[in-house]
This record gives sequence, C-alpha cells and structure tokens, in this order.
Amino acid sequence: MLQSAQAATGQESEESGFAQELLTFTLGAEEYAIDILKVQEIRGYDAVTTIANAPSFIKGVINLRGTIVPIVDLRIKFSVGVAEYTPFTVVIILNIGGRVVGMVVDAVSDVISLKPEQIRPAPDFASSVDTAYIMGLGALGERMLIVVDIERLMLSSEMALVDEAAQ
Amino acid sequence: MAIDMSQFYQVFFEEAAEHLASMEALLLAIDPGAPDPEEVNALFRAAHSIKGSSGTFGFQDMMEVTHILETMLDRVRKGEAPLTDDMVDASLVAGDVLKNLLAAHKGEESADREAAEAICHRLEALCRALDAPSAGAPVSAPLPPNAPAAPGGSAEPAGKGFDLYFVLAGPRDGWPAALANLVAELQSFGLVEVVAEAGDGHAECHLRVLSDSAEEPIRGVLDFVVDEASLRIEPLARRADADEDEAYGFFDDVAGSAATDTWKSSEDAYGFFEPQPAPAAASEEAYGFFDENEVASLLARQQASEPYGFFTELPSLEATPAPAPAPENAAYGFFEPVAPPAEAPQPPPPVVVAAEPVAPPVAPAPRKVASKAAAAGDSGSIRVSVEKVDQMINLVGELVITQAMLTQAASNVDPVLFERLINGLAQLERNTRDLQESVMSIRMMPISVVFSRFPRVVRDLSQKLGKHVELKTIGETTEMDKSLVERITDPLTHLVRNSLDHGLETPEKRKAAGKSETGTITLSAYHQSGNIVIEVGDDGAGLNRARILSKARERGMAVSDTMSDQEVWQLIMEPGFSTADQVTEVSGRGVGMDVVKKNISAMGGRIELDSMSGVGTRITVRLPLTLAILDGMSVGVGPETYIIPLGYVMESMQPERGMMKSVSGVERLIQVRGEYLPVVCLHEVFRIQGAITDWSRGIMVVLEADGQSAALFIDQLIGQHQVVIKSLEANYRRVPGVAGATIMGDGRVALILDVPMLVAMARRVMPAAA
Repeated sequence: MLQSAQAATGQESEESGFAQELLTFTLGAEEYAIDILKVQEIRGYDAVTTIANAPSFIKGVINLRGTIVPIVDLRIKFSVGVAEYTPFTVVIILNIGGRVVGMVVDAVSDVISLKPEQIRPAPDFASSVDTAYIMGLGALGERMLIVVDIERLMLSSEMALVDEAAQ
Repeated sequence: MAIDMSQFYQVFFEEAAEHLASMEALLLAIDPGAPDPEEVNALFRAAHSIKGSSGTFGFQDMMEVTHILETMLDRVRKGEAPLTDDMVDASLVAGDVLKNLLAAHKGEESADREAAEAICHRLEALCRALDAPSAGAPVSAPLPPNAPAAPGGSAEPAGKGFDLYFVLAGPRDGWPAALANLVAELQSFGLVEVVAEAGDGHAECHLRVLSDSAEEPIRGVLDFVVDEASLRIEPLARRADADEDEAYGFFDDVAGSAATDTWKSSEDAYGFFEPQPAPAAASEEAYGFFDENEVASLLARQQASEPYGFFTELPSLEATPAPAPAPENAAYGFFEPVAPPAEAPQPPPPVVVAAEPVAPPVAPAPRKVASKAAAAGDSGSIRVSVEKVDQMINLVGELVITQAMLTQAASNVDPVLFERLINGLAQLERNTRDLQESVMSIRMMPISVVFSRFPRVVRDLSQKLGKHVELKTIGETTEMDKSLVERITDPLTHLVRNSLDHGLETPEKRKAAGKSETGTITLSAYHQSGNIVIEVGDDGAGLNRARILSKARERGMAVSDTMSDQEVWQLIMEPGFSTADQVTEVSGRGVGMDVVKKNISAMGGRIELDSMSGVGTRITVRLPLTLAILDGMSVGVGPETYIIPLGYVMESMQPERGMMKSVSGVERLIQVRGEYLPVVCLHEVFRIQGAITDWSRGIMVVLEADGQSAALFIDQLIGQHQVVIKSLEANYRRVPGVAGATIMGDGRVALILDVPMLVAMARRVMPAAA
C-alpha cells in the first residue's frame, strides 16, 4: 500500500514536473509537512465547545464564520509534545473533500517545496503515527520532515471524524 | 427552425407543467351540470397555451393532443355543447397523457404513444358526438340563451384585437424565420398583419392581430419566442372612439369570429351590457376596483361608453395587459395575468363600489370580480432559485448572531453615556427579527400545494375501488417550509390511499352498518406549539385490533393481549406488516407504513394513530415548522451550555427531597403530580465534569417525546432563544444525544439536544439501573 502510494505520488510529480508545495508545522520537537492545497487557513486557538463522549484528541467544535468545525489536537493524537493552549497555539483549518476540520499544532513553520526525489520512503517503524499515513520523509538540509497524507489521516476511522457509514 | 430553441425549453417545461396543474385543478372543481363559464374559459386558455407553446417548440405530439382538447373545450366555451362528465374524464386523461409526454421531452420518462393516440381518438369521438343534435344547448342554466358568452365570455371575446410590439429573442439572423413561424402560430387566433418587421435601425417588430381572443393566450404564444422585457401588447380598442358607430366598426373588424357569437343580436353597442345585468354590474364593480386605485376621477358612471374614453386617455396603462371594458381584464390591468383559480374566497366588501351601479347588483357578479381580484392579487410572483433563498436565510442567520453579539457587548456599557448606542441596538434587534421572519416566510408555502393533488388521487382511486368518497380539506392555508412540503407529499399520499383502501368500507357494508354510503376522508392541517400538525382521518371501520394481533403472531412478533391500543397500532408501522385481506393494486403489500414512518422521522416529525372500531381512524403527523430554525431553551450543565428544543419541554422545577423516589436503592424516579417519571442526568449521559449532582440544587426539566415523558436533570436554566440550526454532521459525525448545533450570541457553539433519544434512553437505561 505504501509502495503504491509512493509510486503514484512520484509519477504525478514527474509528469507535472513541479515540486510539491508543503506547509510545515511542529508538534513538540518533530517537524511535519502537509500538502498546502489542503490548507484553508491558519488561525489562533479559540474556546471550543466540547462534544460529549468524543475521544480525547477531539477538542470540540468551534464556530468558523457560521460553520461548525471540529477541532482535533494532533499532539494528543500522536502523543508528542505537551498539549497546552497558549495565545501562540495555532489551528490549521483544513479543507478535505468539502469537509472543514481544524487541527491544533504547536507552531507553523513555513512553506517549502520538495521535489519528488527529496522525499524518501519511510521505513516501517513503530510509531504512534501509523506509517500508512506517512507519505515519506522529506530531507531538507539538516531537517527531516514527516510528510503526512493528511487527507487519508483525517478521513480514517481512527480519527473518528466521519461517520462509519459515510466512508 | 433557424434559432436554437433549446435554451427556452426549461421555461416551456415549467410553464406547461403549471398550465397542466391548473387545468387539472379546474377539471376537478368544475361541476359538469352547471359549469362556471369562467372556469371553462380558464380551462380553454390553459389548453390553448400549452398547444401554442408546444407548437412553437416543435413538440408535435403534445400539440396534437391539446389541439383536439382545445377544439372540444372551445365548443363548450362558446356554448355550442354542454359539458359532460365524460368530457371531464377525457380531459383529465388527456392531462395525464400530456404530463407523460412532457416528462418524455424532458427525458425523464418514455412517451406512451399508444395512450396519446387513444386519447386523441376519444376526444375526437367526443367532438363528433357534439355535432349531433345536442349542439347549441346553452352552457348553463342561469344565463339567458341569447348571451352564451356571459360573464367570462363577455370579458374574453370582447371583439377586439391587439397591437403587439416586441423584440424577438435569439440571434438576429434567425429572426425572419422566427417571425414567420410566429405569424403562422398567431393566425390560429385570427387575422395577423405584419405592420413593421425588425429592420436595420430598429429591432422591434409590430404585429397586429385581429381576433376575439383574450390577450393571455396570445401572450402565451409570444412568451417563448420574444424577449419578454420588450413585449408590449396593446388592445386595438384604443383606436376606437367612444362613438357608437366606431365601436361597432371595431367589432366589424373581427366579424368573422364575432359573428359566431351573439353580440350582434343586440342593436345598441352600449346595450350589450344591458340584457345581462350580471356582467354589467360586474363591470361596474371592476371600475369600482379601479376607483380604489385612484383613477376614479376619470370614471363616469352613467355611460358604459365612458370606459373606452378613459382607457384611451390612460397611456400609463399601455404596458399592462389589455385594459378592456370587461371586469376580468380590468382587474388584470393592475396585476400580473394568471389563469384564474377555480375557487375564491368570498369577496371582501370594499369591492362593492364607490360608483353607483347602473344595473342593480346581482349576487354572483361581485363574487366573480372579487375572485378575479383576489386571484390576480396573489399572482404577482417571481421565480427565484432555492439556493438564492437559502443563501439569504444563511446570511440573515449570521446577521442575527452578529446582532446578538453586539447586544451582549453593549450590555456592559453605561446606559446613560451610550443612550443612543443602546437605542440603536434595540432598533437593530427589532429590525433583524423582522427581517429574519420575512426571510423565513419566503420559504413558507401553504399546504394547499400538497392537498391540491388529493382530489385527483381520491377521485381515481374511489372509482377504481367502487367506493363513494368525499374528501374534505381543512386548513389549506397553513404554511410550512418548502423543503417539508416537498418531502411530505409522498408519505401523505400513501396515508390517503391507505385510508381509502383499508379504512373506508364498501357502500354496501357502510349501509349495513347504518352509515351513509359516502365515506369521508378529512385532511386537515394546523399549527400547534411550533409544530405543524397534519391529520388524515376517515370515518371507516377503524383498525381491527384482533386481526392486527393475530397477524403479528403469524409473523412471529412478540405481542400480548394486554398491549395498549397505542402499542397495537404501532405494530402496523413495522416493516412488512399488512392486514389487508388481499393484495390489491392500491395497497396491501405491507410496504408502506414503515416507510411513511421512516420518512416522517427523518423530517424530525412523529406519527400517531388513533382508531375506534366502527367510527374511523385518524393518523396524526407532527412536523417541525421549518428545518432551519427552532425555539430553544438554553440550559447549563457544568461549564457547558445546551439547547433543548422548546417543543419538547413540558415544565421545569426545582426538585425537593421528597419528590425523588428510589427503586432498588437507586434514586431514579421523580414524582410529579402523582406520576412517576424516569430521570436522566445530562452530566452522566455526556460525562460532564463539575456539574451539580445534588438533586435539590439543580433543575428538573420535564420532557415529552413520542408520547413518553422523562425528567432531565441539569444545573440551571439560562434563557430562551430562537436558534439557527447548524449541521454538526457537515464536518463532523453524528453524536448520540445531539440533534445539531447552533451559534450563541457570544459566538460560541452550543449543542442542541436530541430529546426523543434522551427520553428513550431514560426508558432503556431505567430497568438496568433498577
């Protein structure tokens, strides 16, 4: 599965001949990268309305200009860093297939472009992030970016963001 | 055809569907024994409009059917033949065939050519039969034989013509062909003269039609091919002087068609009102109507000739359709033209006029005029796509939230220093609420839209089943949200069919039971505490408890003889349950009630059954008024705020120690006025930290849903507001116990509780706790 996803991504990039633009953010000490086209906006963390009986990483819902948007905290989900909420805590609002979801991260770093050859396949290893959602590891100088297939991650049953039936 | 017509198809489809619907309504309302000439005319116009436009668009099959239908109706209209039951039946079938053809052209169904041919033959046969001796019989008894075209007739074929000014639609190079086509089409009305074609300098065409036709059919033909904004139709009457001879002269222009009428029987041009007191009064009424619209000063009352002069002098009316000396068109002058409805409420008195009637008013006349006026009044409508309206509703919803935020922000300022600000905010609040209400009302439709289809359903079905049925509808003006109207139609049709098939007995059985042979099905709708209630009742045999129970046992359901009636009735809403002795074409296959129930629950509604053996059955459907907004009570539990839909709240109270009763050592019942209700603690269900757990410090809210009650334990009541329902599922998933979400005045999200589920939870959890 990983291989095929990898191959597909590689092929696409080669065909288009363009490097992929990625938004990078940090969770604890780790740097992650996601496809920037999935990002709708970035905003500060606001008070949320908690949802009864939801998993702990689903913080609740917020009012985003009239739309009810669920907020997940990736730090809790991936068990990295400390889940504290300061005025500098950032929420990345994603738009995934028409669904709007917010995710809490420690900080947003920058936007980078990675050529396909800069993304290495991730070795299978035990981590709190299922490797199925990792498209690869990006090498940018000294930095290692964990390139996440955010769409697949957010729509997965693990995240409990969508109804089972809707999948 | 040189111009591409396909771009106008959608308009044609919509209009044709409307015409068909009004035709059906008219046919069902008409009394063949004594048809209202007005209705016959309206029928004819509807058929004619469909024919005209289907011809223009090249839908030959539809044109053929309507042509024959029109021919038949025309003869009835002119009083050459009486209207028979057979004709009404045939016309209804023709309407169905046309609907099928229309759907076929839309690509939704396949055309049933055989049915189309069969109906053509049937209608032709009816037409031929008319040539037999009965021809020439008066249309209806109350009219003098020498005035066959009475009230409606005198309005329509008033012996006139029209000047038509318009710009053709479509590309310019297609105009000559389109014009030729149009002229050919208009020739069906009478003589057509091309006064001016579109040339280099000007795009406007000018046609003159000499015809005794009313304006509306002509407009109907033009609608599809010309640019509507440019269309002006002016009656030729304005050319005529008030002079007697002139008046005759202009009748002479259309001698060909006028001769068929008996206008000429009256020597005097003015006198043509006199032999018919009713229409004369009607025309006076109409003028009175104008009178209210500030043109009274122009009116002289003594002479019937005056109106001509008056119309001539009133160029501002040119753009409006056909100011003509007849009540009907006069009324149209102020309103958009419409096919008149079959029925109208009794006239409001103001129509009875400032001007003195020439002839003593005859009872039916003012009714006509008033019905016209009323009909014309509610027709001033525009077509707007639902998305636009929904977008507006959303925006207004946002505005309400913003306004609430402002109010909340201003609640801390010094009211003396900021008096103007606070007054302004109060004003804003009022205006916002009004705006919200009026925007919401755009989506509201009267339930008559749904009810109007049932006369047909009942008629067809009762014939098929050989039962005599009378359908009563009550509260047709009750309004509900458009989306609900669309979704309630099918379930309601099913209920009506069920009542007819299973509920009502055959005439023989009814007679034996000492009831009148004609059964009654009552459809009623009304508002009750934020809900719309629709009832389908019949005076039939009622549900058979014993049979339902035995059927249920056959199907292996867990039932007992001690079940309450309500519980037994609920069984028939189980999937696959049918008590019908035989599976008929109409019903009995057991697919139905469960689907109805499912559909209604999906709309947030409930369904209840009441039945009494030998007396009848009543099915009550309760639906929320709208899906977009609700009245809610906000309650606090720990740090959280929730909204309880107000419709479910019966009462709230602070429980006292003694009210709590325990079962097996667990305090889970509350005694409220002699009743024991199960208690649901919201903080337990939702696992909320920091909530009040001491009974005497919190609040109990008594809720009722699905006929069951429970008490919900919360910390405090906060307030009552109208909330805009937002979907939680759009970006998240369904949460048990939560029906939706809304945005509060401070911009925060509050969840709306799913009360029926909480109440059911109380019932379910109870035994386990005990």
